[in-house]
Amino acid sequence: MIGIVQAVSRFAIPVFIIFISAIGFYRKVPVYEAFIEGAKEGLTTVVRILPYLTAMLTAIGVFRSSGAMELLIQLVSPLTELAGIPAELLPLAFMRPLSGSASIGILAEMLRTYGADSFIGRTASTMMGSTETTLYTAGIYLGSVGIKDTRYILAAGLFADFMGFAASVVVCSILFGS
Amino acid sequence: MINIIWLVLLAGGFIVAFFTGQTEQTTQAAFDSAKYAVELGLNLTGIYCLWLGLMRVAEKAGLIRVFSRKIAPLLRLLFPDLPSGSPAVGAMSMNIIANILGLGNAATPLGLKAMGELQKLNPDKRSPSDAMCLFLVINTASLQIIPTTVIALRSAAGSADPSEIVSSTLAATLCSLLSGVTAALILKRFYRRREGRI
Repeated sequence: MIGIVQAVSRFAIPVFIIFISAIGFYRKVPVYEAFIEGAKEGLTTVVRILPYLTAMLTAIGVFRSSGAMELLIQLVSPLTELAGIPAELLPLAFMRPLSGSASIGILAEMLRTYGADSFIGRTASTMMGSTETTLYTAGIYLGSVGIKDTRYILAAGLFADFMGFAASVVVCSILFGS
Repeated sequence: MINIIWLVLLAGGFIVAFFTGQTEQTTQAAFDSAKYAVELGLNLTGIYCLWLGLMRVAEKAGLIRVFSRKIAPLLRLLFPDLPSGSPAVGAMSMNIIANILGLGNAATPLGLKAMGELQKLNPDKRSPSDAMCLFLVINTASLQIIPTTVIALRSAAGSADPSEIVSSTLAATLCSLLSGVTAALILKRFYRRREGRI
C-alpha cells in the first residue's frame, strides 16, 4: 500500500509532464512558444507575491525569535494535543483560509525552521496543498454576482478546511511516521 | 482580520522580546527574514516559470475542454436542480477541471462565469442558491492534483524529495472535499427548512 502511494508521488510529475507535452504536440500546439509565453508569467507571479512573502516572513520571524511563538505553543498545546495536531502547525492553519500569499510566507518560514523533510515540514506542506483560501475565494465569487449573504458556505468551507488539516496530520503520520 | 494577525505577530513579537530580553536577536531576525524572503523569491522563480510554461501548453492543447465533457454527468448528479444543458454546468465543469490541473489563472474567470450563469437561475438574487453554495464549497477545497507551489517551496528549502507530499496531499484533499460536500448537502436541508423554502 505504502509502496503504491510512494510510486504515485514519484511518478505523478514525470507522467504529467509527458502527458501534457504529448497532447500539446498531437494537437499541433507550438509547444516551445507556448511554454515561453507561460514561463514569462512565472516572473510576474514571483514579483506579485514577494511583498507578501516579506511581510509574513518578517512578522513570523520576529514572533518566533522573540520567544512569543514558544509561549503560544505552550499555551495551546494541551488543546491541540487532544486533537492530535502538533501546535507548531497552528499559525499555518489560521492563515490558510484567509490568504494564499500570506500562508505561502508562513509555510516557507516553517520549512526553513523545522526542515522540509521533518514531520512538521511534511505535514505543513500537505495542509497547504490540500486546502484553499476559503474566505478569499468565497468573497470573490459571491462579490462577482453582488451577493453579500453567505448562508452555509463558510460553515461548510471551514469545516472542510478543518477536516483537511486533521487528515493531513493523520495521513502524514501513517506515511512518514511522526 | 489579516491586519490584526499581522500586527499581533509583529508588534506582539517585539513586545514579548522586551520581556524575554531578546530585543537584539529579534531585530536581527526581522532583517534576516526580510532578506530571506528575497532569496526565496529568486529560488522560486525558476520553478514557477517551469510550471506556468507547462500549464500554458496544457491550456493551448485544449485540455480543459476535453476533460470537462467527462465530468459533466457527475456534476448533474450533484446539481439535480439545474436544467440539463444549462451553460452553468458547462462553466462549472470547465472551472473544476482547470482547478484540478492547477490552472489557477484559467479557473477563476471560468468560475466567475459559472457564478453568473447560476445567478440567472437563482430566484432570490440577494441570497446564493443551493447550487451556488455547493459550487463554492467545491471551489474552496483545493482540487489541484499536483501542488506545484508547495513543491517549489520544498525544493527551495532544500528538501531531499520535494514531491513526496503529492500522495498525502491527494488523500487530505479528498477528505476535505468529501467533508465539505457532505456538510453542504446536510446544511442545505437545514437552511431550506429555516428559510421556509420547502
